[in-house]
Amino acid sequence: MDNIMDRIPILKMGQFLLVTIQVDMYDRLAMALQDDLTTKIVEHNSKGVLIDISSLEMVDSFIGRMLGSVASMSRMLDAVTVVVGMQPAVAITMVELGLSLSGVRTALNVEQGMSVLNGLVAHEVEGADYDSEE
Amino acid sequence: MDTNNNLTELFKKYEQELLTDWIKEQLAVIPLHENLLTEFEVKQDTTDFYNAFQLAIQGGELVDIKGAHWEKTLQLLDNITKSRTRLGFTPTETATFIFSLKQPLFTLIQKEFGRDVNTPGKELWAATVLLDKLGLYTAESYIKTKEEIIRRQQNEMLELSTPVVKVWDKILALPLIGTLDSIRTQVVMETLLQEIVRTESSVAIIDITGVPTVDTLVAQHLMKTVSAARLMGAECIISGIRPQIAQSMVHLGVTFSDITTRATLADAIRHAFAQTGVKVSRASRQV
Repeated sequence: MDNIMDRIPILKMGQFLLVTIQVDMYDRLAMALQDDLTTKIVEHNSKGVLIDISSLEMVDSFIGRMLGSVASMSRMLDAVTVVVGMQPAVAITMVELGLSLSGVRTALNVEQGMSVLNGLVAHEVEGADYDSEE
Repeated sequence: MDTNNNLTELFKKYEQELLTDWIKEQLAVIPLHENLLTEFEVKQDTTDFYNAFQLAIQGGELVDIKGAHWEKTLQLLDNITKSRTRLGFTPTETATFIFSLKQPLFTLIQKEFGRDVNTPGKELWAATVLLDKLGLYTAESYIKTKEEIIRRQQNEMLELSTPVVKVWDKILALPLIGTLDSIRTQVVMETLLQEIVRTESSVAIIDITGVPTVDTLVAQHLMKTVSAARLMGAECIISGIRPQIAQSMVHLGVTFSDITTRATLADAIRHAFAQTGVKVSRASRQV
């Protein structure tokens, strides 16, 4: 398989990473994404990851779990994950599969997802100040 | 074969007598509902059926009514049953159409073949089997018609039951009325999620004031809907939980612990306003 096509681009936006999934996911692509994303988070010391899945029309249990584990991995590396733009059919499928992505933040679109990330990071900084004052 | 011939001949020979007696029997048993079924209609139905019936038995087949000879007769019977079912007749009243032919027919058989010791038994048996089969067919047709009505009403209810209301900018409400089953929940869930996408709403209120009982299954359906909405990035509030329902749900072990719940729709709307940063204040009244 073509190696260049086998990657989902990860864009850096300030202290966040932006992943837009525009193609149908298959298992190997998902694995590659996990790999790349964790590497980039460490590389750029990112505070947040925004995954846009508005073009994703289908999910299976593997991809669903992948989204959950990406979130867990990011959290371990101190980055918040926000999944945005999930289609109704995809959401129903995920629930039926028993994957409710309990640790993942969600938003309707990229714009709202960005404000969620901004809010969370700002909050974190405030929290840090508060801690140091104590 | 002889028996069949005998019966066929009998039906042909005594057509007038049989028809008259049959109609008389029917009129005695079927209550003529006001304006629903007139005596004329009974006569019309009976005569039509009798003619078709005669054509069918002339084919010589009196046992197997599934054959091609009977097709037309059964169709006619089907139509008669259907129209009477829709008029609100009871199963007994509907089946009486066929069964009331028994007495006139048996009397006639007795009279006609009574001289021979063996014959009436055979004739009677053949006639009983045939009429019973037709009677059962009426019953089946009755139930089929009723089922059709039920199915149509179910569909109508399904269409009626899922209005998604826009309460405010980015706030949707879904007042649920009636019992929730799997099919309805599926429709409700799909409509709600589509509306969330269309209106870009961030809060959806599911109001269950109109849901008479909430059991574990309904609770599970609700939680699925809430989870799906959350996955898409919208918060769901369940409101309209009546005291009895709160009690019974906790007894069932359903606590909705990770879902925002409110007692009334007003409380839910207040919460939604807080979530979306809307402030409502009472206008100062001019004195």
